[in-house]
Amino acid sequence: MTYSTGEIWLIIGVLAVGTFMIRFSFLGLIGDRPMPPLVLRMLRYTPVAILPGMVAPLVLWPAATGGAPDLVRIIAALIALGVGYLTRKVIWGMAAGVTAFYTGLWLTGLL
Amino acid sequence: MISATAKSAYLTGVRDGLPFVFMVIPFAILFGVVAIEAGLSLAQTMGFTVLVIAGAAQFAALQLMLDNAAIGFVLLAALAVNLRMAMYSASLALYIGSAPMWQRVLISYLNFDQNYMTAVAKYEDVPDMTVQARVQYFLGVSTVIAPVWSVASLVGALIGTAIPEALALDFILPITFLSMVGPMLRTLAHLAAAVVSVVVALLLIDLPSGSGLLIAGVCAMTAGVIVETWMKRDRA
Repeated sequence: MTYSTGEIWLIIGVLAVGTFMIRFSFLGLIGDRPMPPLVLRMLRYTPVAILPGMVAPLVLWPAATGGAPDLVRIIAALIALGVGYLTRKVIWGMAAGVTAFYTGLWLTGLL
Repeated sequence: MISATAKSAYLTGVRDGLPFVFMVIPFAILFGVVAIEAGLSLAQTMGFTVLVIAGAAQFAALQLMLDNAAIGFVLLAALAVNLRMAMYSASLALYIGSAPMWQRVLISYLNFDQNYMTAVAKYEDVPDMTVQARVQYFLGVSTVIAPVWSVASLVGALIGTAIPEALALDFILPITFLSMVGPMLRTLAHLAAAVVSVVVALLLIDLPSGSGLLIAGVCAMTAGVIVETWMKRDRA
């Protein structure tokens, strides 16, 4: 790394301000002013529109295996998703997924 | 004056935030370790952690800084990773847009994936929550996650040893996020949005980080609204 101390702090400062502005943008400036009905309907899907797309590459091409698909990770991911869906509780999905993952790693270690 | 319901909303938030500790700690320790190894000072490492407070963007910036990329490029790439949070911001406006400005500023500073997703799931589950209860719930979840993020990052920076890779803690993050997706799949419209999100994000994986996800998000929301409209028409 060849940046000067000042340059590193510049990066940190701009990223801090920029990230805050992104997070503050709509919540800060729109507040409770009415938004178009279509936009409101779309925004209700925000969590389910972002999270699956964010996680999919991490499941299919995990960095820990150098990007090679790994059956144990894929199965554990499906179990976490399925148990989360059936129980409607994040904590049970996590517990089942983590258990499946480490059981899978242990079994493949034995084989 | 904080009412009793707002106070219990805060405590419920604290409780609901606890499971994320297991996910945040290894991720934060790793950032501390990698940042010091990359040559950042302790103050700079903590500057990132406390001021930027966005894990994925911090890692993206650090990676490019290790390659001595141009400063403008480091900034653009790291901010692109955070663009999804503009959608979080717009979506939060639906629920807490009428909260006092200082609370909206505080929540904006603290807004990252885990507390945002947890809070919105709660707001959807309990539609009659007051705005103050929603704010307190969000702050409750954040009370658990944000300090743990900073302290674990500091620990990583000081001890300089990440948790051994053999423990495979990296995969706790996708597992946690997927267990959050499960309960979100309430209707066929939500399912359609999730599927479109995955497909488009995978197709656009080669776009600069963050921008493909943003496009996938808009496509997925549109798919959700379209299927919702069909379902209403069928019922009518």
